Amino acid sequence: MSNRIMFIVMLIAGLTAPLYAYPVFIMDLLCFALFACAFNLLLGYAGLLSFGHAAFFGGAAYITGWVTKEWGFGPLIGVLTGTGFALIMGTLFGLLAIRRQGIYFAMVTLALAQIIYFLALQMPFTGGENGLQRIPRGELFGFIDLNNDLAMYYLVFAIFLVGFGIIYRAIHSPFGEVLQAIRENESRALSLGYDVDHFKLMAFVISATLAGMAGATKAIIFEFASLTSAHWQTSGEVILMTLVGGLGTIFGPVLGAITVGALSHELSSFGSWVQVILGVIFVVCVMTFRRGVIGEIQHRLARKKEDTKA
Amino acid sequence: MSIQVILSQALLGLNVGVFYAMLSLGLAVIFGLLNIINFAHGAMYMLGAFIALIGYSFLEQWFGISLQIGFWASLIVAPILVGLLGVIIERTMLKRLYDLDHIYGLLLTFGITLILQGLFANYFNVSGTPYPGQPDILSGVVNLGFMYFPTYRLFAIVFSLVVCFATWFFIEHTKLGSRLRAGVENPDLTQAFGLNVPLMVTLTFAFGAGLAGLAGVLAAPIYSVSPLMGADLIIVVFAVVVIGGMGSIMGAILSGLALGLVEGMTKVFYPPAANTVIFFLMVLVLLFRPAGLFGKEK
Repeated sequence: MSNRIMFIVMLIAGLTAPLYAYPVFIMDLLCFALFACAFNLLLGYAGLLSFGHAAFFGGAAYITGWVTKEWGFGPLIGVLTGTGFALIMGTLFGLLAIRRQGIYFAMVTLALAQIIYFLALQMPFTGGENGLQRIPRGELFGFIDLNNDLAMYYLVFAIFLVGFGIIYRAIHSPFGEVLQAIRENESRALSLGYDVDHFKLMAFVISATLAGMAGATKAIIFEFASLTSAHWQTSGEVILMTLVGGLGTIFGPVLGAITVGALSHELSSFGSWVQVILGVIFVVCVMTFRRGVIGEIQHRLARKKEDTKA
Repeated sequence: MSIQVILSQALLGLNVGVFYAMLSLGLAVIFGLLNIINFAHGAMYMLGAFIALIGYSFLEQWFGISLQIGFWASLIVAPILVGLLGVIIERTMLKRLYDLDHIYGLLLTFGITLILQGLFANYFNVSGTPYPGQPDILSGVVNLGFMYFPTYRLFAIVFSLVVCFATWFFIEHTKLGSRLRAGVENPDLTQAFGLNVPLMVTLTFAFGAGLAGLAGVLAAPIYSVSPLMGADLIIVVFAVVVIGGMGSIMGAILSGLALGLVEGMTKVFYPPAANTVIFFLMVLVLLFRPAGLFGKEK
């Protein structure tokens, strides 16, 4: 029930956002929100900490930029190509990473992502440290000009909703239940006859694909694929967003992405202090606020309900 | 390609390898007892280098203290200071996370990394500041018979090897080391025998941190001192740790050295792959020996 109300709030806020905020900024937040939701599927529901999700986010951005700029693909096909690339990459990385567990899983994903980072730095088509520039926004279906920020905005919002819907379905399905069982007790899930590795891989691939979709969309919005989005610090940022909003909650990552995104934006004039502040938020969250905003609210509500029952 | 080129790259590779070895050794020691991966290990390495730099060049300018801490003194001061920071981090924060999922330790130390990096990036150039304090006795080159090699680098290699093997000897062959290993094997039982396990944990974390700080001081005269010097290194060291497996102390040392050599050789034969070769080796190890070369599956 409360999920439905939250969803309606999000829908209305999303549809009316361009009326009172700068559309490009909101689009950026939406990309990060989708990225964080995708990440949350893996960490919040399957309990797998990937420290390399920037590889999918940034990698897909480069591919999308390349095919729209050099091959003349339209924006939608471009995003789909980038997303498809993230799917393939996610499958390969996933197959390797699920061979190790826990903390090793995090280190393996981080190291694999570093390969993509160096490829993005060194390959001839990526523009090195300058990133891939002058990606055309193009026209949607051949007649809607995306250089109009409003048209672009509603496309981005639609893409966000599709991604969000896929994640919501995945979580509220038998598949999602099994994932949570694996998170709680992997050996028990295994002994109940579930092919644990298969489920982990599926979760990894879905998460990587949607992270790629977010990155691909971002490349179109800003007409630019940056090296920063493939850097490990971006992987860290998405973890922070998810943590702040609430691990394993539906709307937490969205809220977290908006909070952290707006914060970095507001503080951008302070230079390296932004990093210090993000670091402090990280430490505070881990030490005292592990449920995140939404998680904490849900926890309080649940306790209240129990109190009134008793 | 002459044999000289290969040999000199091998030695340079070994030079990088000793840093890998020292850092992965510290990570392995900490992981053994605390079961956490210290993401801030790279930041502590950076901190060691900065303590040496500040001690040499900025004490008077910043704090009005007319004192200069030279290279040799830095080799002692920096590890102690970084170790103290380790004590503070362990006592005030990490300690509260032991009962939780291990990933929280990783996330906490990641946050600490951002703080340290951001702080230094505010005051120092990201592209690096040279460390001017290299002692005269270590400047110049030595004739190794088949080639000339910078004296300082040779010193760094020998010194790090001595530190690594001393650590190994201490843990594997002394009374105190055996208590440490008992703590790794079964903390509760060790505590029941009257050993102060929490103190051991704190000191172990401080020791690992100090080792990273020491590596930072040694690296300062070779690479310029930069806020990001640890960040790029730590990810490679993670790959080294995955390849070696964290089962043994000697394994951490040997895989660090070997992978430094491999990287050096790649620079000779196919330079563009030099900064990714270790990651690709990690992929191979994951495919054929997922527990790592020296690791035991837990």
